[in-house]
Amino acid sequence: MGIAVSRAEAAQVYLIQTREALTDAQLTQVRGELLANPVTEISTVGAAPRSARATAMIEVHPLPGVMDPVAESVRLAVQELLRLPEAPEVSTGWRYDLEGPKPSEAGPLAERLLANPVIQRIHAEPYHPAAFPTAEAHGGEVRGVRLIGLDDPALERLSREAHLFLSLDEMQTLRSHYTSIGRDPREIEMETLAQTWSEHCVHKTLKSRVLYRGESGNDPIRWQGRPGHDVQADGSVVIDNLLKSTVAAATHRLIADGVDWTLSVFVDNAGVIAFDEKHAVNIKVETHNHPSAIEPYGGAATGVGGCIRDVIATGLGARPIANTDVFCVAPPDTTDVPTGCLHPRRILTQVVAGVRDYGNRMGIPTVAGAVAFDERYIGNPLVYCGCIGVMPRDRVHGRVQPGDLIVALGGRTGRDGIHGATFSSAELEHSAADEFSHAVQIGNAITEKQTLDAIMRARDEQAKPLYTALTDCGAGGFSSAIGELGKDTGATVHLEHAPLKYAGLSPTEIWISEAQERFILSVPERNLAALRAICNEESVELAVLGTFAPPEGSTIDNPDLRLLFHGREVGRLSMHLLHEGIPTPRRDATWTASGAPDSRGASPSGAPAMLHALASLLSHPDIASKHWIIRQYDHEVKGGTAIKPLGGPLPHARAPMDAAVITPVPGSRRGLAVSCGLQTGIGDPAIGGDPYLMALAAIDECVRNLVCIGADPERIAILDNFCWPSCRKPENLGSLVRAAEGCYDGAMAYRTPFVSGKDSLNNQFTTQDGRTIEIPPTLLITGIGIVHDISRCVTMDAKRPGSVLVLVGQPSTEFGGSRYQQLFGVPDKASSSVPRTDLLSGPGTAAAVARLISGGAVLAAHDVSDGGTLTSVAEMLIGGSTVESPIGADLHPMTAADAFAESPSCYILEVAEAAMPSLQSSLAGTPYRVIGRLNATGGLRIGGETIGVESLAAAWLRPLDW
Amino acid sequence: MNTPRALVIRTAGTNCDAEMCRAFEIGGARAELVHVDRLIAEPRRIEAFDLIGFPGGFSYGDDIASGRILAMKLRDRLWEPLRAAAARGVPMIGACNGFQVMVQVGLLPGPDDGRWDESAGPERSVALAHNAGGRFVDRWVGVRANVDSPCVWTKPLVGIPAERARETLVLPIAHGEGRFVAASEVVLIGMRERGQVALTYIDNPNGSTDDIAGICDVTGRIFGLMPHPERYLEWTLHPFWTRLAPTSRGGETPGAMMFRAAVEASRMSPVSAR
Repeated sequence: MGIAVSRAEAAQVYLIQTREALTDAQLTQVRGELLANPVTEISTVGAAPRSARATAMIEVHPLPGVMDPVAESVRLAVQELLRLPEAPEVSTGWRYDLEGPKPSEAGPLAERLLANPVIQRIHAEPYHPAAFPTAEAHGGEVRGVRLIGLDDPALERLSREAHLFLSLDEMQTLRSHYTSIGRDPREIEMETLAQTWSEHCVHKTLKSRVLYRGESGNDPIRWQGRPGHDVQADGSVVIDNLLKSTVAAATHRLIADGVDWTLSVFVDNAGVIAFDEKHAVNIKVETHNHPSAIEPYGGAATGVGGCIRDVIATGLGARPIANTDVFCVAPPDTTDVPTGCLHPRRILTQVVAGVRDYGNRMGIPTVAGAVAFDERYIGNPLVYCGCIGVMPRDRVHGRVQPGDLIVALGGRTGRDGIHGATFSSAELEHSAADEFSHAVQIGNAITEKQTLDAIMRARDEQAKPLYTALTDCGAGGFSSAIGELGKDTGATVHLEHAPLKYAGLSPTEIWISEAQERFILSVPERNLAALRAICNEESVELAVLGTFAPPEGSTIDNPDLRLLFHGREVGRLSMHLLHEGIPTPRRDATWTASGAPDSRGASPSGAPAMLHALASLLSHPDIASKHWIIRQYDHEVKGGTAIKPLGGPLPHARAPMDAAVITPVPGSRRGLAVSCGLQTGIGDPAIGGDPYLMALAAIDECVRNLVCIGADPERIAILDNFCWPSCRKPENLGSLVRAAEGCYDGAMAYRTPFVSGKDSLNNQFTTQDGRTIEIPPTLLITGIGIVHDISRCVTMDAKRPGSVLVLVGQPSTEFGGSRYQQLFGVPDKASSSVPRTDLLSGPGTAAAVARLISGGAVLAAHDVSDGGTLTSVAEMLIGGSTVESPIGADLHPMTAADAFAESPSCYILEVAEAAMPSLQSSLAGTPYRVIGRLNATGGLRIGGETIGVESLAAAWLRPLDW
Repeated sequence: MNTPRALVIRTAGTNCDAEMCRAFEIGGARAELVHVDRLIAEPRRIEAFDLIGFPGGFSYGDDIASGRILAMKLRDRLWEPLRAAAARGVPMIGACNGFQVMVQVGLLPGPDDGRWDESAGPERSVALAHNAGGRFVDRWVGVRANVDSPCVWTKPLVGIPAERARETLVLPIAHGEGRFVAASEVVLIGMRERGQVALTYIDNPNGSTDDIAGICDVTGRIFGLMPHPERYLEWTLHPFWTRLAPTSRGGETPGAMMFRAAVEASRMSPVSAR
């Protein structure tokens, strides 16, 4: 920004408002015992004068209503310390005294670096209001919405202006429903329908009927014989419920074909598989893209928090034991940032901080992840948050019993997070930060941790759980949670019973607020006292909101949802309309194979020297070490992370592991490997990619990562997370169809059932001048695999000078979508098309490698992935070599095509010379070749060139060492 | 012989409690996890315990500063029973957030003469400040146990042969506020003279004064450290166990050794430091 700051001082500001002024003695006590550490800090009462050398100062305070966890803690601590009859009001802020900038420059500087106006206000002077703002209780009126008699343009206008984001046919369905019952809807009903019918909640695109037209010809997809697919005479294909006919169909077919270890798929908040005789593990991966675009810290943190709640609220409750995170952002060296976007470097820094602060506070290790860069993520970054839990096998299923109480547990309801579900289903525009600031939230991990502690006690302290079912309040808040749990029973809800953060919320706001850290439990009345006792002990707020039963005027066969506010009915909806009423129109999907392969990187001066290319690839941000991120996460809390995300010898511990392995049952030798696959380049239509092949490659990569660490390939479950640009555009829906077909074929070939998944289908950004930037179709595959005995795990760091390096699998020479092509173009004797994963040989190769590993023949195993074979070998050396005990390699000559192709289904194994005979017999039928040998030189030598492993390490460690 | 009872104190945001309980049990004690509010309601419960653990985590979110609010509560509400336990020679450990809490309560470094007889929370003389690197860091670090320390927790580490220690005497850290600082040079000199610097880092990860990773009181029974010994109870948790020779993967881990040593010490009356 061209503003020089030579020195900055920061101070934390606490504003405390009490009914009676605090005495000097009390102030001393609060400062000395609570707010400042006498050994390291000083404190001042009132605003200190600006330090003599400072040229400017600013204070940053949260906007009213924004969650301020520190203030919450201070309130209660002050009350306790001073034995006050009531807790004071507290607000916190930060003050910065800056040396260098002019006063007029301080505001813009703060906006860029220290504050986000979406949630904070910047003050040029110490902020000292006479009193905190207060609000009056809401009168309870709920507006009517005129729907009957509106024409179609008016329906569309209403949908957009009220932020309902319902399509015309959905609005028409509602118009005819309300016309048939003879009254107009009330606002609260329209909001409930909009949340429940949002793309985010109901996945209407993936569940719709699709008419797919693609060009025939050299299509790798065989369309005949797919479940739910009807191939027409003209070659077009009608797909009845895309999700059911692809992703879910694979799982159900595999189950029918003997995969007997899935326990709950696609029906609950997370998928569940068997872990051992007594335990199950569950897993969910969510995205939180739009909130993270405008407030990355809060967006990522609440993304993590929400995914953890999904895992907790599976069946009758699971204990979360690991998190994963994957980010897709624009390259950090981006210079041209459109209005309304944050710089990608700021986004990445803040999303990492959000994941860190939420995951670490929850005490859940963040063990696996990835970061991918592409300029098209500039206005719409992707933030994937995953969570894994463990639960007893007899707690996998819950069911609401009619007559159960509706009990809310956890955080209070505020105005934060209104319209999150519809926001996430909309398309981002440059004005999103203004229009949707209310959808953004800050989380409070400790509230969630306390609630988890209470739920685990309620699950385990007696023979049966104190509740019959539970779910979390995510998108749509109470409206979705109660609407879903009460689907078969109906529900009556007294909205005034919800504990509020502050007065003034309307019934509609209470009902749809997505305030964080809340759960809904269905509790038999006889258990309420016991549950309340636990909650009191854990300082968790409990509120009885109503009853799961058909409200008067409806029956159990066709129950209603009835909403009351202080005894007056403010809304009434048929559960049937809510859950089954959404129209399922046919959607058009088209696909044209692009004939324009990637020409980026093509260099007229010819290919670079091999080791120069290698060093450049190691510095590619997709490949470069992510240690800066990984080390900010606690990846070992719970003391069960047997394979950590970074391994290898100390002091570096810099080896990037293919997968992490955790022990869900402490003390057991059985482990769970966690990894992911992301192959966006292969599917990118802009460079001639094919999302079908991308899906295959992502599944293949995920499986290879898990196999390399020692997981059993016959016990791998996977998840799909589609992030796509708007699928109202037939081309985008066409590419989504192809990716879904790839999921089906890949899962069937590898026998890896999908157990859960999620989609986010409106990822694009429209700039101020009307240009729409669509993200590349992005499919994240996350996988978990059972490790029968963790003591047999193998890691990718090179181990012993003298051993042999073996490349297993059939290498490809296709460079489309590869990192090498991005930097240098296509090498000689290579093709510019994207690689095709061979589903006939890939699973067999995985099985053969797994056999070798479990037989103890392998010292190190690593998949060939981003940057190709030579990059993978370099990573193994970097991982295993230290200055004290260097490891190097002498490789046989190879071409650039051999060295840098990102070949699917290929592995590099380090094998002791003595184990080579057993390798030969085990790999019968699987292609492999020896590519070189390890030595103790600390250098990588190939074709007469040598480079030091430490120089390679420096090239790899530096780019993202922020 | 009765099984010693270990009290593990938890509160909102404690999250290393299960592994600390497990560590005490592997060490030979029976661990009981109790919420601090329960102890405040029934302070005399503390008298029944032979060992006390302050586990890691983010007590009360570490809002204001790491461990601050829990330390305030303990100092304000439970100082007397904790003081009595210290005077009785009950071995105590605080790991990470637990250590941060103990120094702010005043349980560490403790009175110079070992007389735990103050009626109110003592002056605090050391602190754990923000890491020199400015952010949270999770990594394994080599550590050294001080031969001249009376610390009962680190005693068995001193006996690990040097060659083996080089590879296996490592512990994980995961904290944002772990930089050890003393209020004055006098405090530091006194602690060194009395052997209270029980554990030091080989590669200082956070800028701690004198590489200090853990300290004990003058009796050696009360101990706090930033690393997490309770995350190192099996060999498969060692940071590069897949590189260790099979012979190095056997036997008790340094993490487990520390808890066993303290449980054994709890069976014996403390050697008076007076």
